[in-house]
This record gives sequence, structure tokens and C-alpha cells, in this order.
Amino acid sequence: MSVFEGLRFKRISSPIHRLDPRTKFVLSSVIFGLAIMFTELLPLLLLFFFQIPLVSLAGVKKEWFRSLKGGLLLALMIFITNFIVGSISAGWSLTGDVLTYSTAMALRFLVITASFSIFFLATSPDDLGLALEQAHLPYEFCFAFTTAVRFVPVLAYEAQTIVDAQKARGLELEKGNFLKRVKNYIPILIPLIVGAIRRSMEMAEAMESRAFGAEKKRTNLFILKMRPVDHLVLSFSLMTLAFGVFIRLFVPMPILKFPQLRF
Amino acid sequence: MIRAIDIHFSYPSGVEALQGVSIKIRDGEFVALMGENGAGKTTLVKHFNGLLKPTRGEVFVDGRNTKELSVAELSRKVGLVFQNPDHQLFCESVENEIAFSLRNFGFDEATVSKRVKWALNFLDLVRYRKTSPFMLSGGERKRVVLASVLAWDPKIVILDEPTIGQDYHQKEKLLHFIRQLNAQDKTVIIVTHDVEFVVDCNPRVVLISRGQIVGDSTAKEVLTDRVVVEKASLVLPQITKLFYQLRGLGLPRNVMDVDEAERLLAGLVRRSGA
Repeated sequence: MSVFEGLRFKRISSPIHRLDPRTKFVLSSVIFGLAIMFTELLPLLLLFFFQIPLVSLAGVKKEWFRSLKGGLLLALMIFITNFIVGSISAGWSLTGDVLTYSTAMALRFLVITASFSIFFLATSPDDLGLALEQAHLPYEFCFAFTTAVRFVPVLAYEAQTIVDAQKARGLELEKGNFLKRVKNYIPILIPLIVGAIRRSMEMAEAMESRAFGAEKKRTNLFILKMRPVDHLVLSFSLMTLAFGVFIRLFVPMPILKFPQLRF
Repeated sequence: MIRAIDIHFSYPSGVEALQGVSIKIRDGEFVALMGENGAGKTTLVKHFNGLLKPTRGEVFVDGRNTKELSVAELSRKVGLVFQNPDHQLFCESVENEIAFSLRNFGFDEATVSKRVKWALNFLDLVRYRKTSPFMLSGGERKRVVLASVLAWDPKIVILDEPTIGQDYHQKEKLLHFIRQLNAQDKTVIIVTHDVEFVVDCNPRVVLISRGQIVGDSTAKEVLTDRVVVEKASLVLPQITKLFYQLRGLGLPRNVMDVDEAERLLAGLVRRSGA
């Protein structure tokens, strides 16, 4: 469940927390965009290390590392898949290029996970909903989105309870071959999904009895406002993006890769 | 036998749920663990089947340290029935739901079908054999979960909040059922804050508050002690409350049983009539 921990909003006061949610979203999206643009190790490494000062500024180091730890398994799978497919297409040979490329792909995944982990750790679901609303999205949509985000930790907690309950009935999740292990998760997933559906129905009823959707025009207690520092971060993000696009198109990347191997 | 020696447990969030709990539960005993929400009751019983291992201290089940055993191994002896049946039910029929745990423990198919039949009978679920557990009422779902645990015949049965969401009639049935289990020499542990239910059961009562045991004796001794009961944020049983209020009449205060109350009050009426 450590992945969820790394995506759960942590209510503290930090310069990053105080940024406008829209600014933070653009910043995370720029990191995401840049990570998608490059397949080389050097820019991906730069993107990864660039985030560390942000994380310490936001005071969420522990949670951030936890999300990375959670993402590590998937990153490993990405590495292995790329490695196998790359080796096959290179004519069943193991080359330094394949190794470099596979590492870069795994790192790219980690960079993306990391950037959104910062975003979710430092942005409250309420702020996020407000940002969506002020972007003139329909309120129902914003509400659904905030609710989904807010229920992630609840679901994670419930998943843990279900795991415990089934273990108490003799279920051993780590037992058996790969297929058996996947099958082991059925007794966890069904109660979790049924519970989520049941909860959503109950919630819909509760909301309707509290007059959800009675007035078309809603008012808000808080209104988001961009501060000078937001404009600064925003321009910095966009400039970095433009710089990244320029590099991608016109500057050859200095090569950073594993030595050529031949087996 | 369960023996916990000075166990401490902290959740990753830093909450210290158990702060030095020592308890001994002998074979065939009937124990009620009571306390307010968040007192550490469920955390404690999760140590008995190995779902949680103490951060400090030791738990022994039948002389074996739980740290050396897996949850599956311990569950064979210690059946823990969770509070909410919806956290466990997932099969397409009640029958398969009960067979699930038996198959996990590696029973052969002949034994599985024999045990399933026995459990269906014992919990009065035969007519729902082929029904989906999701179609059943709350009380029935609770019974299915109970059947699925009793089917493998654990020596120790732990029921976490068995009375929540049950009507009075179902509670009576539950009481009868628990007595039956206890009569079969099983150790029964219930986790609850339902004072009236415990009064009816009359087990050994262990009170927990903020991760520590604050009372451990017979139901009568613990539950009629106002200081101890309030320390655990519970309330006195209704009959005890009545006798506390009637204390000016020279009646004892440690009364919680209907029959005893009736005898005392009838005596009082007779005396005042004479």
C-alpha cells in the first residue's frame, strides 16, 4: 500500500503547499511532458534530481520515497520487458544500448510517478476541486474527481482490512506460481469492488438527501488567486518546457550510456 | 492456551495501540474483551492469530511463539471472525464461501464437503446453500462468515464485535450459539462494547483502555465497578445503574443479573409489606 501513501495529501504548511494548485499542476505536467519527450538517460536523471529540492522544500520526503519504493516494482517490470523485447529485436543479443534504453524507460516511469507524487502530496483534494471548478468544468465532474481522490486512502485502508480478513481464513497471497498468485487476489478484489460500489450508491443517496444539485449556480467559500510567486513558478515551468523542446529538436544529446557489451 | 507477555504494538502511523499488555487465556475459557473504540481490543486479538506481531514482548499460542509462525499456521488453531462480513464474502454461493477456507488449509474434497454440510447445519444456513452471499441480509451474512470459520474447527474462536447490526432476536441466538461452542470445550473470545450482551453471557471480562488492561475478573466484579467501567469509557449495565440509584434502600450495588435483581427487589417489597 506504500504507493497510496505517497499519493495521499499531507496537510502541512510549506512554500510548495501554498502554491496555487494550477501552478503545481502545470509544474508536474511539464516534468511529465519532458520525461515523455526524452529517451536518453541524462535528461531523465536531471529531471529526477531536479525534484529532490522541491520535495525537501515541501517537507514530504518520507512519503515521496515511499511512493518511489512502491513504483519500483513496476519500474523493474518495465525494465525487464524492455530488456527482453530489446534483446530479441537486436537479434537475440545483449547490447549496452538495450541496457541503457531499458534503464531510461524504467527511470522515466519513476520520474513521472515522482512528479505526480509531489503534486498529490502537496495539493489538498479541496484545492484541486476548486481549481477544476474555476476552470469552468461542470461541478458534477469536479465533485466526482475530488471524491475519487479523497477515497483513495479509504480504499487502501479497506484493502488492508480485507487482506487481513482473508488471511485469517487461511489465504496465503504469496503462495504458488505467478498465475496462482494473481488468482489469490480475487478474494481481495471482489469485496473491495463490491464495497466501493455499495458505498457510492449510499453516498449518492446521502448527497441527494442533502440537496445535491438543487441549485444550478453554486457559490464558493474560497476563491483561488494566483500570487506573484505562482506567476514566477509558472513562467519558469513554461520556459523549461520551451527549453526542453528546443533541446529535443535542435541540440544533439550528450551520450550517457552503459559500455557496449556483447555476449 | 494463549499467553501474551508485556506486548507493545505501534502502527506505522506512530499510534501506540498496545502499551504493555500481559494476559493469559486458558483452554476452554470464555472471555469478553471490552473497551471504547480505539482502545486496542482488535489490535490485541490480531496478535493471537499472527496478523500482527508485537513490536516488543511476546505472544505464545499453545506454547509456540507467534513470531515463528505464519498467519495461516496460526489460523488453523485460532479462528478470527472479522466484524464486517462484507470484507470477506466474495464467492458465488454460500457453500463455496465456506469451502474457501477449508481448501486454503488443504483439506481433501471429501472432508471439505462433510465439513461444509456440518457448518451449514450448525448455523442454520442449509436453505441458502446455493444462494449468493451478497443476496443475504446482514445477519445472515454474519452467519456465513462464522460458518466459514467454524468449518475448519479451530480450537480458539474469536468474534470481533459480533453484536453490531444484530437485532435482539439474533443476539439471543448468538448467545445460545456461543454457549454451545464453549460447551464443546472451545476457547471463545468476544471483542465488544455491548455491555448488556456481556451481562447475558457472563464471561470473564477483560477491560482495555488506551492500550492497557484496566480490569480483569468475572463479569460481575468488573462491570459493577463504576470506577473501572468509567475508566474504560463504558457504561454500567442498566440493572447495576438501577441498584446504584436505589442504594439508599440498603440494597447491594454489585447486581447485574435479572434473576438476582428480581430476588432482591421481591425481598424488599415483602419486607416493607410486613
